Amino acid sequence: MAEKFDAIVIGAGPSGNAAALVMARAGMKVLQLERGEYPGSKNVQGAILYAEALEQIIPNCRRQAPLERPIIEQRMWVLDDESYVGSNYRGTKKKDEPPTRYTVIRANIDRWMSKKATDAGVLLICEATVLDLIKLDGKVVGVRTDRLGGDILAEVVVLADGVNSLIATKAGLRPTIKAADVALAVKEMHFLPKEVIEQRFNIANDEGVVIELFGKITKGMMGTGFLYTNRESIALGIGCMADDFKKGGVTPYDLLDAMKAHPAIKPLIAGSEVKEYAAHLIPEGGYKAIPQVHGDGWVIVGDSGGFVNAVHREGSNLAMTSGRLAAETILKLKEEGKPFTAQHLARYRAALEDSFVMKDLKKYRNMPEIFHANPQFFTTYPELLNRAAATILKVDGIDKKTKEKEIAGEFVKRRSRLGLLGDAIKLVRSFR
Amino acid sequence: MHIVVCIKQVPDSAQIRVHPVTNTIMRQGVPTIINPYDLFSLEEALRLRDQLGGKVTVITMGPKMAIEALKKCISYGADDAILLTDKVFAGSDTLATSFALASTIAKIGETTPVDMVFCGKQTIDGDTAQVGPGIARRLHMQQLTYVAQVEKVDLDKGEIVVHRRSEGGVQVLATKLPCLVTMLEGSNVMRYGSMDDLFRAARYEVAEWDHKAAGITVTAQCGLKGSPTVVKKVFAPPARAVKAEMIKTEGKTPREVADALLTSVFAKHPKLEMEIGQ
Repeated sequence: MAEKFDAIVIGAGPSGNAAALVMARAGMKVLQLERGEYPGSKNVQGAILYAEALEQIIPNCRRQAPLERPIIEQRMWVLDDESYVGSNYRGTKKKDEPPTRYTVIRANIDRWMSKKATDAGVLLICEATVLDLIKLDGKVVGVRTDRLGGDILAEVVVLADGVNSLIATKAGLRPTIKAADVALAVKEMHFLPKEVIEQRFNIANDEGVVIELFGKITKGMMGTGFLYTNRESIALGIGCMADDFKKGGVTPYDLLDAMKAHPAIKPLIAGSEVKEYAAHLIPEGGYKAIPQVHGDGWVIVGDSGGFVNAVHREGSNLAMTSGRLAAETILKLKEEGKPFTAQHLARYRAALEDSFVMKDLKKYRNMPEIFHANPQFFTTYPELLNRAAATILKVDGIDKKTKEKEIAGEFVKRRSRLGLLGDAIKLVRSFR
Repeated sequence: MHIVVCIKQVPDSAQIRVHPVTNTIMRQGVPTIINPYDLFSLEEALRLRDQLGGKVTVITMGPKMAIEALKKCISYGADDAILLTDKVFAGSDTLATSFALASTIAKIGETTPVDMVFCGKQTIDGDTAQVGPGIARRLHMQQLTYVAQVEKVDLDKGEIVVHRRSEGGVQVLATKLPCLVTMLEGSNVMRYGSMDDLFRAARYEVAEWDHKAAGITVTAQCGLKGSPTVVKKVFAPPARAVKAEMIKTEGKTPREVADALLTSVFAKHPKLEMEIGQ
């Protein structure tokens, strides 16, 4: 071991790739370590890519990236056991305004982005696992890998090692992630011919649909389900907070199976071939669960920093943006000839606070707690909402006023007047 | 000692699907891997090199993307890699492939004489096990197939002793170098390369040879022209019409479950019960 690098990036997901690419493009000598066989091989996501965040790093990305379908329609379903109440938004394609959200397949997009990084000069080493950080007088000066002769030194280490961030935890840079702060999500890839997907979802070949699912499908646990249309497959998944799973005794695959059997979902995936089954943790603790993101000789980016906006299901954009901001901070310090101390790297934190990343997370800082403690939002209300719809739409000779009374009575019976008021306040608090 | 290892980049057969309508193999999106059988040969070659000195050169014939497979071999510790890539090789069957690879090995031998050639037992996509023996025949090398263990290589005497697995048992064979060996699966475990080798692989520039570089002047034996094998039809075997039967039982202990199973089998095959009963 003799070689020294300007920077080492641990992990080749969106945040690590963004950081490595931005630094290498500016001429830094960057080593990137990925424990998977190739970038994207171990990564799991729904997945939706937010093009604007990528555009900031790779201009003209929409033309080159392996994207599946731009999302033209968003459906939001609140599910009861066998029914749902939903809302749709369908936009139109605008010539001068490209779409901002695309469905993607992570194995493809991560590989593509990584190629951009290696083209820019990043030395990428796959199948090497970082076991620990090397510290000297409290400062991180390198990494220790599981390979023979695998100690490598660098001026600064960027931790993009994912949701568990085992390395940062082991090095004592952050506490162990709590079950209350992560969701466990499972998903399946259902393959169907292109034409069948387009017919079922009423879309053209360059259009995609997203369905967000909320309600009784999570059996009272804090979580949501999703259905995304890819070119020739449908990604279908559901996730709930890990501690809820622990308490409830329901298994993730039972949840997924029940969701697939729901009368509203079943016909959408009928006749498909399941080719992939995956599970992953998602950091959904929000603003309050974000650890220290910088220190002497190190910064944390992406999922390892907990940068996921669970409410809007945004993650890859926060990951890429945090990677870019970290890299830009490092570049600026290097240019100014300043060492990578905690004091100087604090600029990264400031840059995050100044961006949508922290602003959005801050906005929803109360939501995880509130939703976690109030399962009625996932059970009682979806049920009441569905019943209300059924009652009001049923034409059975009963007048509408009586029906409204019946519905209101049902709400009061289930939640009490005070309870309803309390829930309304909680809902408002969680969104601001 | 100079060892040449022939490898092939193959689609990961565990992930291949057959198109339900056209019956063609859907290669799109299927990840490629180094033919797993080749890795046993590569590891054996690396061990011999570590033991006796010299170098290991890995070669493959294929499209440019096969560079990835060769770089992976470097990361395991191989010294050099050559990609044989040329349009004239397109459509090669095992005959044409063994011709192209044998020519390449002969050419490599002009600079550094080749003592041994290692091949995988067979590939997981073609399953013919013909290319290794084809190379040995063309290069007039002794061939040792299904080798479970290389017992001894004596460079001074130019001798090799191996254990070869056969139907009836194990043959201990001795022969002269140069020779060609195909290793049996499970005969060793691929090493976990060092960080130095990973670095070397990441920066390694694989040499690309066309037919001229491989010393081939007449291309009649190459590619489709040199391939008498014709694939007439590819099809997926039809799904079996017979459905598995679920035997229901209230039994809880293994004995009760086994009883239920036997009762059900005997009910359908009374003759069997009589035979066993006697």
